[in-house]
Amino acid sequence: MKIAICLRRVPDTTAKIAIGPSGVAIDEAGVKFVPNPYDEYALEAAIALREAAGTGETVVVAFGADPVQETLRTALAMGVDRAVHLQGAPSPDGLANARVLADHLRDGGYDLILFGKLAVDDYGQQTGAMVAELLGLPCATAITTLAVEAGVAKVTREVEGGVESAHCALPAVFTCDKGLNTPRLPGLKGIMSAKKKPLDVVPTVAGASQVTVVALALPPERAAGRIVGEGAAAVPALIAALTNDAKVL
Amino acid sequence: MADLLCVIEQRGGGIRKGAHELLAAARQLADASGGRVDALVCGTGPVTGVDSLGSAGADRVLTATHDGFAHYSPDAIVATVQSVSGQYAAVLVAATATGKDLAPRIAAAIGAPCGMDVTAVSAPNGAIRVVRPVYAGKAIQTLDLAGTPVIAVRPGAYPAVASGQAGAVESLAVPAFTSRLAVTGIAAPAKAALDVAEARVVIAGGRGLGEPQHFAMLEDLAAAFGGEAAVGASRAVVDAGWIEHGAQVGQTGKTVAPELYIAIGVSGAIQHLAGMRTARTIVAINRDKDAPIFKVADFGIVGDLFEVVPALTSAIRAAKAP
Repeated sequence: MKIAICLRRVPDTTAKIAIGPSGVAIDEAGVKFVPNPYDEYALEAAIALREAAGTGETVVVAFGADPVQETLRTALAMGVDRAVHLQGAPSPDGLANARVLADHLRDGGYDLILFGKLAVDDYGQQTGAMVAELLGLPCATAITTLAVEAGVAKVTREVEGGVESAHCALPAVFTCDKGLNTPRLPGLKGIMSAKKKPLDVVPTVAGASQVTVVALALPPERAAGRIVGEGAAAVPALIAALTNDAKVL
Repeated sequence: MADLLCVIEQRGGGIRKGAHELLAAARQLADASGGRVDALVCGTGPVTGVDSLGSAGADRVLTATHDGFAHYSPDAIVATVQSVSGQYAAVLVAATATGKDLAPRIAAAIGAPCGMDVTAVSAPNGAIRVVRPVYAGKAIQTLDLAGTPVIAVRPGAYPAVASGQAGAVESLAVPAFTSRLAVTGIAAPAKAALDVAEARVVIAGGRGLGEPQHFAMLEDLAAAFGGEAAVGASRAVVDAGWIEHGAQVGQTGKTVAPELYIAIGVSGAIQHLAGMRTARTIVAINRDKDAPIFKVADFGIVGDLFEVVPALTSAIRAAKAP
């Protein structure tokens, strides 16, 4: 079982967002960066499948500037075997980035290629499905269960009002949602061994972009609200506010 | 600008909720530039609701019929859209679970950019411009998309409108395709609960509930709204295993924009606020008067939720009584 995991480096979800001087990107000063939370489900799934198979290899791949190497080391510390840093500047066009990843993964001999269902920075929600389409591979997005047996993958995903089931032959591409598993934390031994695991750097340039970022802005502030009262005695005042002011009842 | 293609979601032989909203988004974009709106419906036979698409904004309805459309069939839909995409300036889908799965596949197949979860679309200089939340709504991004962009429009962003026109129905041939993924069906959840992302009212619980069984109190309050309310939760209680992750509201959960959001025992961590700050009206009930949730709430009650919530449930039930 040879598995690739595509990883993104994103601001911590607890980070406060400020707009940078360019007006099209955030101000990164003082922002803590972490592995994309959804990618951790992909990493856990890959490591667990590789452990269960007993043979094979897990490879974590990231396209980005040099700080992404720190994120790749975190994945190695979790238990991934080796890392590839596609060194370059990602495009605002998800398809241009998907082409970079697809070109790298095409001849890698992977049985599975896993992504997080989305990156919590740009919320693009497209790279995984695009890579599958570019490689001509089966794909399911936002999966919450994955079972692999005899070269066939069975998955489920949540849709409005139910759980959808699907299956396909390997090789395949999946994007992972919360609920798929509980990602392991890197242990001290993992962190030490991660320093010795291979991390290959491949200079990479994304192709032409069909997307231009015009602006990035903070959302409008909500108007200040009011405390209608304290304790259960305040319930009538709340009902009045919801009925007469907000008109939602 | 030229014409637009809307890919209409179908399940079990009927069009899905949201089709009319999608057509409303396409209609205003087409009207601004004199283009036409076509609606594509893929099914195994006649699809219920097709006759409503004209009055919802479609100039023409294209029906593609194939046995492969019994369940969601991304490979078949991509092939069908690809066979006609050259005639259009943009392809629009609803940003549902299915639409978000489909949009990037179409984009990659036709070599186009994909605008995901779009809340506004326009064509100010001939090129298509979209507005979309990023960082779970902590920021708003504006993008210009070249080529024949595929745009997934967020449900609720455009209210449905009735244009009163008929909308000619034509059939469209399904080209040969390779089905790489076999979808076998959709199982309804054991508990037929409303999805937090679709409900008009969301009752969200946080760590202030103290124990998982106290979610029952929130279920009671939701029930008082008579089928309009869903129970949501903060990340802290989902991670603690008190409630299933599908209920989580926030940056690593769902982004919701209900008419009424009632946060109960939720402190208001920044990643939670990101997921619900666009709710029309926000109510907070919390013991701590300095909790950050009160900064975004329209109306707040400071107090013990175990006293306030049952009283609120009774009051809502009385207000809703015929």
